[in-house]
Order: sequence, then C-alpha cells, then structure tokens
Amino acid sequence: MQTGLTPAPIDWVLLMPLLIVFGTGVVGMCIEMLRPRSNNNAIVATTLLGLAAAAAYLIGTWEYPTIHTFGELFLSDRVAKILQLLIIAITFTTVLYSEGYLRERRLPFGEYYPLLVWSATGAMIMATSTNLLIVFLGLEVLSISLYILAGLSNREQQSQEAALKYFLLGAFASAFLLYGISLLYGATGTTQMEDLRAIWNTPLDKPTVGLLYAGLTLILVGFAFKVALVPFHMWTPDVYQGAPTSVTGFMAAAAKVGAFAALVRFLDYATPMSDAWVPMLSALAILTMTVGNLVALVQKDVKRILAYSSIAHAGYVLVAVVAYGVLSREGSAAQPVSVVYYLIAYSFMTVGAFAVVSLATRGGRERTELNDLNGLWERAPLPAAMMIVFMASLAGIPLTAGFLGKLLIFRDALDAGLVVLAIALAVNSVISAYYYLRIVLATVVQKPALHAPRFANPNAGLVATCLVCGLAIFALFFAAQPVLRELEAPQEVFVHRGP
Amino acid sequence: MEGIPLYAYLLLSALLFAIGTVGVLIKRNPIIIFMCIELMLNAANLSFLAFAKYHSAPLAAGSLEQWQVHMTGQMAVVFVMAVAAAEVAVGLGIIMAIFRLRHDVDIDEMSTMRG
Repeated sequence: MQTGLTPAPIDWVLLMPLLIVFGTGVVGMCIEMLRPRSNNNAIVATTLLGLAAAAAYLIGTWEYPTIHTFGELFLSDRVAKILQLLIIAITFTTVLYSEGYLRERRLPFGEYYPLLVWSATGAMIMATSTNLLIVFLGLEVLSISLYILAGLSNREQQSQEAALKYFLLGAFASAFLLYGISLLYGATGTTQMEDLRAIWNTPLDKPTVGLLYAGLTLILVGFAFKVALVPFHMWTPDVYQGAPTSVTGFMAAAAKVGAFAALVRFLDYATPMSDAWVPMLSALAILTMTVGNLVALVQKDVKRILAYSSIAHAGYVLVAVVAYGVLSREGSAAQPVSVVYYLIAYSFMTVGAFAVVSLATRGGRERTELNDLNGLWERAPLPAAMMIVFMASLAGIPLTAGFLGKLLIFRDALDAGLVVLAIALAVNSVISAYYYLRIVLATVVQKPALHAPRFANPNAGLVATCLVCGLAIFALFFAAQPVLRELEAPQEVFVHRGP
Repeated sequence: MEGIPLYAYLLLSALLFAIGTVGVLIKRNPIIIFMCIELMLNAANLSFLAFAKYHSAPLAAGSLEQWQVHMTGQMAVVFVMAVAAAEVAVGLGIIMAIFRLRHDVDIDEMSTMRG
C-alpha cells in the first residue's frame, strides 16, 4: 500500500489572514468564558484589533506572489485578496456599531462577536478555495454561525422564526450543493475545480457528460438559494426582517460576497459548460431583478424593503457574472472586474443602510416600519444624511459607487452582447429609485406622528460606521482608477509543490 | 464492483435525494423536515462512496493515484458527517428555543412576518 501521507506543502503567508481572523474568534470566546456576564468591551476591542491585524497583514503581503498552495486547495489571487479584505472590512464596520445596538436591544451576548468573526472566516474560505469540498465547508462555517446569529434574540418570536427558516432553507440548499459536488466528483474523480476544465480535453462518454451537467445544475441551485435569486429567495425577506439588524446587515453583505466569490470562481472553471449556464443564469438574473424590485415597491417595513433590494442587487451582480462568463469564454476578460467592484460597492452601502436602520431601537424594542423612521433627521442628522448617500448609491445616482458599479456591469453586458440583460438592468434601476426615495422621504422629510417613536442615541461606533461606509462609497467613485487597475492587473499563478 | 453495479448505488442515492426533497417541501414539522434534509445529505454521501469505489477500481492497485482518488470520496463523507452533526446541534437548539416560546413548532403557523 502506498503511503500517501506526506503532508501537502503549505504557504502560511497566504493562509495567515484567515488564521488571524479565526483566532480572533477563539480569543473572543475565551474572554467570554473567563468573564461571563460582564460587559463586552474587552471582546469588542479584541475583535476589532484582530480584524485590523488581519487587514494589515493582508495589505503588508499584497505583492506576495500568487500561489496555489495547501495541496492546491487555496488560491490567493488578486480577486481573492481583495474580497478577503472586503469581508474583513464588512466585519469590522459591523462590529463597530454592534455593541451600541445590542445594548439598546437588550441582547448582551458576548458570543455574538466570535460567531460573527467565524462567519467571516467561512466567507473568506469561500473566496479563496479552488476545491468544491472546501467551498462547501466554507459555506457551512459561514452559514452555521449565521443561523445562530439570526436567532440571537431568544425572547422574540420573529427572531426565532427567522433563525428556523434560515436554518431549514440553508441546510436544504447545502444538500443540493453537496449532491451536485458528488455528481461532479463522479464525473471527474476529484473535487478540484480545475479538473472540471481539464476533463473536457479528454474524450467523454454520454453518462459522464450527463453527470457534469446535472452536477452543475444542482450546484447552481445551491448557490441560488444562498445568494437569494428568484425563485429561490422565499426565505430572504422573513430572515432579514426577523434577524437583529446588525446581523442582517452582515448577512446581506458578507454571505453574498462569499457566495458570489465562490460562484464566479466555479463558473470560471466551468467555462466549457457555459452553453448551459449562460442561458440559465440570464433567465434567473432577469427574474431576480424584476421580482425583487417590483415586490420591494409594495413593502412597508424598511428591513423588508432592503431585503428585496438586496435580492434585486444579487440580480445585478448575476448580470455581471454572466457577462464575465461570456467575455472570458471569448478571451476578452481575464478578471471579473465588474463583479468584484459591484460587490465592494454593494457591501458598503448595505452595511451602512442597516447601521442607520438599527437606530430605530429603544429599550429593547425595535420598530422598522417606514414611518417609524420619521423624525430621524432631527434626532440624528449625520446618520440620516448618510442614509441619503446609501440610498442614492443603492439606486445608482451619479457620483456614488453604486452608479459606477452599475455602469461597469451595463458596459460589460453590452460588450458581451447581452442586450436584453442590459436593458433589464437599466429599467430595474429606474424602478428601484422609487422605493429608495420612500426611505429617504421617511427619514428626512416626514415629521413624526404624535406618539413619536424614540430612537437610540447614535453612539461613536455607529457614527464611525456610517462615515466609513459613506466615505468608501464616494472614494470608490472618485478614486475608482486604482481599484480597477489593481483588479485588471495581470498575474502569474505559481503552484506550490514543496521542495 | 463486487457484484453490485454502480448504477444501482446511484439509483438508490437519487431516490433518497428525491424522497428527501419531497419531504422538505410537503412536511410541516420542522424536525421531520430536518430529517429529510439529513436524508438528502446521506444520499450525497452514498454517491460519494459509490464513485470513490468506481473511480479507484480501474487504477493500479496500491498506486498513489488510486489512493488519492479513493480518499477524496471517503474524506468528503467524513467532512459531510461532521458538518451534519454541527447542523443538528444548531438546528435542534433553534427548534427547542421556538418550542419554549410557542409550545408549538408547526411551520405553517410561523408567519408573524408579512409583507
């Protein structure tokens, strides 16, 4: 019997950001265990420090060569690094305002921070791995933490209901994904994504081709559930509404970034099958954008509106994914620039918007009907002003990152010859402006009723989150060139095979 | 493959997966829905194992390549079992928490959020 037990060579430099983020969670949990029921300041500080350290490490080793390491499980290319940095930034901004919100909401759980950080670890794994099984594990690490976080408010039916719905549909989706992976393993004999491309260079018999296409379809269904594409979106509004607002913001941003990162990478390797997935995903994209925006028009709850808006935005990103698929098949695009740019822009505006919505909490109760936001302008001018920025960016008004992101996607779609998708994108952006305007009106213009709802006082953390997200939105528009250049830069991939 | 052909395993696995999917869609008790999801995960496990056997059979016995192909499927099953166990822990916890709040876990009754 062969002893195949020589461990794979590992380049620790590339894994370090992941490990730091993960370790931060472990340290946070230890602090919680050592000092149970005391205040969470130590955990918050540790978490912020750990995330900052991971970001600093990632930036410090930015020019490190792109290496396929750990038995070719991890590929830390430019896109992976940028998305990892983005996930760290999402977590950091979320943690900044979480403590104030959780206290106001009477949810004094220190476990919140480690779970958030571990969830981010899962998303980071998804962004870097090139092995389907590892992507699945990353997805589970991301999701299982989020199931707990969604049900954090254990005295509230809505939160529990959100947790149960998210859990059942999330596990259902993972089962589809896993079954798809097993079929692809049946066709190729490995779970490595690059073998998916390599196998098309060998003669294939009919059953193998059938397995490949069936596996692809099941995996796409699994991802469609995770990123909430219509018709796999039923869970999204309830979960986003019921979960604590800070968790919703994190979920809407980080889970989508992780899932889209893995999806883009997977489709990249599945280019030989693009005759199947381009039409499938195009149909899903049109459906997702249209249904998401139309249903958002009639919602009354801000978190629900934002949930449908996040569905619509998943549709926009999907247009970018399809366009990239077509362009890279023709050899005219090397990096999914518009996908990554839009994910960055979308993450900041979403985290920011949910941060402002989290102000509608007082004394353990949260009310998020549209008119509960009335009068926010007087109580908290700065967050309210930032809300205008976030809504403008989500609607795609010029001078914001959302506008440039949509423009890039529109351009890519036209370049790829996907005129229908481009038109659907443009029409939907116009429709969406209506409900974003409703949120702005409720926040800024309309006066509160006699029984005015009371708002939480905006603390320093929340203001910082709003400012960081708002600045990022403008910075991404006015200083877009360096980001885009970084994304487009060619890179050489080395395979780490040990001494 | 020692008598039992690959397609028999795959058929069983597809059947289990289908039963699980239908069960998730029509059942109303979250615990039974969850059992159906476990069934789907085990369907995937079965096909992983069947393919592991099938792929490694034609390769030279004892070669590194055979070992790797075989182990990929086997390890996948170990990972999936670990993940499923973690999901059980969290899922049953959530169901327990709901039961404490409402003394009832019927999924159709859970509609406090409307839009």
